[in-house]
Amino acid sequence: MATAIIVEAAVDRAALFEFLLRMGDNALILGHRLSEWCGHAPALEEDIALANTALDLIGQTQLWLGLAGEVEGRGRSADDLAYLRDAREFRNLLLTERPNGDYGKTMMRQFLFDAWHYVVLKALRASSDARIAEIAEKASKEVSYHLERSRDLVIRLGDGTAESQARMQEALDDLWPYTGEMFVSETSDEPLGAAGMAPEPQSLKAEWDALVAEALSEATLKKPADGHMHKGGKRGIHTEHLGYILAELQFLQRAYPGATW
Amino acid sequence: MVTATRPSVKEIWHWLAEVPDPEIPVVSVTDLGIVRDVAWDGDTLVVTVTPTYSGCPATTVINIDIEQALSDKGIESVRLERRLSPAWTTDWISTEARRKLNDYGIAPPIDGTAADGRLLKRIERLSGGSDLTIACPRCGSTRTEKISQFGSTPCKANYRCRDCLEPFDYFKCI
Repeated sequence: MATAIIVEAAVDRAALFEFLLRMGDNALILGHRLSEWCGHAPALEEDIALANTALDLIGQTQLWLGLAGEVEGRGRSADDLAYLRDAREFRNLLLTERPNGDYGKTMMRQFLFDAWHYVVLKALRASSDARIAEIAEKASKEVSYHLERSRDLVIRLGDGTAESQARMQEALDDLWPYTGEMFVSETSDEPLGAAGMAPEPQSLKAEWDALVAEALSEATLKKPADGHMHKGGKRGIHTEHLGYILAELQFLQRAYPGATW
Repeated sequence: MVTATRPSVKEIWHWLAEVPDPEIPVVSVTDLGIVRDVAWDGDTLVVTVTPTYSGCPATTVINIDIEQALSDKGIESVRLERRLSPAWTTDWISTEARRKLNDYGIAPPIDGTAADGRLLKRIERLSGGSDLTIACPRCGSTRTEKISQFGSTPCKANYRCRDCLEPFDYFKCI
């Protein structure tokens, strides 16, 4: 009997670890992508805004991966998880590893992600796990600013010049097939949903759809049809881009193990 | 007895009130509401701090500054604990600190504890639907406009005064 209880707890711990990696890895990989704009954005204000958004996301990464390491119970810190895992062990959405493209494409990717991030964090604020709820409460304050800003820019660029509108539509069409993955349930989602720790991914879709549809309509952009959707990121099957991101992100700790400053 | 000579919690709060924020040195860490609790655990002083923004680089510096200030006062054993909940809000910034921010050239956040500063009003303001105003810290005019949602640090936005034409930082409310 005692053994059965321990095994059950271990299963839930593994599921929780998976979930926390996903939250942390989404923030880490997107934060890294945004940091690539540092010094290259089209205007100083935009440069600063993206760097600050990246900073928020990397701060949130520390909270999620810190808790992941604690739950895993093998003594791995947030830094260990960020710097010493290989691509197959990363659990981020494929959307977050898409290349930046032009500025409009970066903002479109940001908006599609922010809308999901906002909705999932709102649900997580009511998590039965107090540690998750408090990180979600903290992060959702920051993410509401991210969403406000990316939504505003998608509308301004979409409902802008013929050139900006065409580029935003192209960005949307390119990125849309990477949005379906947000709402796909993995086996590890079920026990967490049942325990009230994290929402079933599918349950977030209606609110995300409404948020996105409303902004796209104001932006005079045409919402693409839901065709084939790429997936795999949540199970560690990534596009070729993640390897390049990790090569840069992890270089220092790989080349000089344990380096501190 | 060592414990008989240890300083009171009240005295320690006074010391912490002299530790400046590393980014905005006119206000202290207690002015900003970052220090949530001070208590003795045996001979160890436990200071509970909350981060302003998850990724704020000042958080680490603030922790070092607090440890240094307490060490300078002769406290040998300090433990810093992080508390995330309730999440930090600009409503915890003291009235005195709001005045100091304004004098320093940073428009203070809308005071959420005031009757017209409740969350709903602030959200309406963000969408242009409320008459809550952000006054220029230099000339006091309320004819101001947002230039960028993010300023020199994550906690600030860029604004411009349409009367004196000076740009200024606005400490965003969260």
